[in-house]
Amino acid sequence: MEKEEIQLILDTARSFREILDRPIKRVPTLQGKTVVNLFYEPSTRTRISFELAEKRMSADIINFTPSTSSVKKGESLIDTVKNIEAMKIDMVVVRHSSPGAAHLLARVMDANILNAGDGGHEHPTQALLDMMTIREKFGRLDGLAIGLIGDISHSRVAMSNIFGLKAMGARVILCGPPTLIPREIERLGVEVSHHIDEVIPRADVLNILRLQLERQKSGLFPSLREYHNYFGITRERLEQASKPVLIMHPGPMNRGLEISSQVADSEHSVILEQVTNGIALRMAVLYLLAGGKSEIR
Amino acid sequence: MKFAKDNSPGHKKFQKLPPRLLLKGGAIVDPGLALHETADILIENGKIEAVGRIDAAGFDGEAADIAGKIVSPGWIDMHVHLREPGREDEETIESGSLAAANGGFTAVCCMPNTTPAIDSQEIIQYIKDRARDSLVNVFPIAAITKNREGKELAEILDLVEQGAVAISDDGNPLMSAEIMRRALEYSKMANIPVIGHEEESTMTANGHMNEGFVSTCLGIEGIPSVAEDIMIARDIMLAEYCGGRFHVAHIATRKGVELVRQAKARGIAVTAEATPHHFSLTDEAVRGYDTNAKMKPPLRSEDDVQAIIEGLQDGAIDAIATDHAPHSWEEKAQEFIYAPFGIVGLETALGLSLARLLHSKKMDLNSLIKKFTVNPCKILGLKAPVIQKGETANLTIFDLQAEWKFLEANSLSKSSNSPFLGWSFQGKPFAVINNNRFFISIL
Repeated sequence: MEKEEIQLILDTARSFREILDRPIKRVPTLQGKTVVNLFYEPSTRTRISFELAEKRMSADIINFTPSTSSVKKGESLIDTVKNIEAMKIDMVVVRHSSPGAAHLLARVMDANILNAGDGGHEHPTQALLDMMTIREKFGRLDGLAIGLIGDISHSRVAMSNIFGLKAMGARVILCGPPTLIPREIERLGVEVSHHIDEVIPRADVLNILRLQLERQKSGLFPSLREYHNYFGITRERLEQASKPVLIMHPGPMNRGLEISSQVADSEHSVILEQVTNGIALRMAVLYLLAGGKSEIR
Repeated sequence: MKFAKDNSPGHKKFQKLPPRLLLKGGAIVDPGLALHETADILIENGKIEAVGRIDAAGFDGEAADIAGKIVSPGWIDMHVHLREPGREDEETIESGSLAAANGGFTAVCCMPNTTPAIDSQEIIQYIKDRARDSLVNVFPIAAITKNREGKELAEILDLVEQGAVAISDDGNPLMSAEIMRRALEYSKMANIPVIGHEEESTMTANGHMNEGFVSTCLGIEGIPSVAEDIMIARDIMLAEYCGGRFHVAHIATRKGVELVRQAKARGIAVTAEATPHHFSLTDEAVRGYDTNAKMKPPLRSEDDVQAIIEGLQDGAIDAIATDHAPHSWEEKAQEFIYAPFGIVGLETALGLSLARLLHSKKMDLNSLIKKFTVNPCKILGLKAPVIQKGETANLTIFDLQAEWKFLEANSLSKSSNSPFLGWSFQGKPFAVINNNRFFISIL
């Protein structure tokens, strides 16, 4: 995504944000439009966030999850979405475990496709809401140092943040054990560190990624205990920095593992603001897509 | 029967050669005979009767002018999946043979990952029966282990007696070094190569493309090149330790090529093949999540591509083979991580090889033809066809200049899972002759 596109989305989201504080949180912007939430992978907050955004815009909503669909009967993804499209819908929000799934749909469908996370590839609306939240606090993204902490290898949130933040002129520092950093990622213009205490003093923001517990089982790190000791973000660690650092987490959190409760609930944490901004941001993206804007990945 | 393209609609077939056929004015390139001259070839009842200047005046048979075209001994593709028995919806011995002929091949070796696997005399006999009366010679490669499970050796001597020309568990790596050692040792009695699909599978289990910058950008789990290198190194050491002949299938990494080069210099009996896609494309082709850019080994880096071309130039890599792997449209039209590995290759091998090796001046024509003829035949212990009086007319005739586009409509494979659909090529297969039959390419 280009800088101008991101800026447009963030600006639009800021104007939608105000609607969420009204007593009647509903605008007619998407009246008569039908949005299908196609979630092939379990998701709580992203799906609720999209659903709320759609409801606030008065769209008609269909929720579709594989467990209640014909997927179990062996229907292919392409057939499934072509059937849905034949029902004359306008937009599809898709979450899928395969990287590139949203691209596949965009190739075969005329409807607007919104990627709500495709495997280990991207989660664009999450990165956009993260950028929205940072910009709200600092008034800019340009020149800030953002630390992305944890499992970069399997994180679509990290990839989308890297692409977005780089486009907006921020500095990105990745921090995690080498086993969780993908190869040649430096070529994206990011810095890689394996020492969290060295990163904290240089960062304006720490975006702490969720650690999937099954990564330990597949041998990528020895134990949750050791991970917490070397990469967990705790108050003690943060106190070493001369200035406060903004704390973010895309959720759901493993309290006591990648982030301590004291940090998660501290005055510098904007984790719940991220959630609120997520709705405004998704409203903005839905609005822009419905307005005939070209594909937004 | 006229020596002309079959333009009738519907199913294509191999045609009987005219009893007397005079091929006029072709440029003969026969690396086996070190022959490189423009000459006429007289074929009678499928056999070469004369090579040289033959006066067409008063000739009562059929004469075909092939001036400007190259005539070489018939090409062999030593690595093909014909899918029969088991997946006849994707390819059959007949359709695969037609695709081979269409692409300029008169022989193929079919890999044993069929259902059931080629691990018994009965299946070999079945394949031979199905390929009888064909223009294309079909040489079965048998499984190393029973049902390709990597556990117990298949009845290798029986399989070779029935017609297997090599053994391989291709599709699966042979993870047990012990079984690989015993396969190399035991196969010495049959003097056949053991063909290795080189992949350390504990490192590749979740991978779907080459591990590197592109896989990082696409969020696809990687197949590291080192997983291939490790196995090539292991099997070279085993071949050095216990003898036997080790052949590396579809080599795709720089380190792998270097390992083979060093092993050859040390006198170890190791050979290697490379596919046209591995010297034509890099992992950049996966951007856009094209499942027709998904195969094993995966498309690697530009540096690996260069190493393969260097290996072909200096002889570290002996042969070019396609790893023709037909898959149904339904299977490839899935999410990237669910789509199967493999692409078809029989009909694009010649075009890609000319483009990447000959036209780009990396290899001369004689050396290029060797990679499709004498070299693979030598690895497999087959007599290479030669263009000489008294021999079976087994010929590949092609053009170096004709421009054409690879289109699904002109393909004779039952599958069309190719990243090269729509590509333009310079130089194309014209016709093949073998077993008293001919086929004029419709590409």
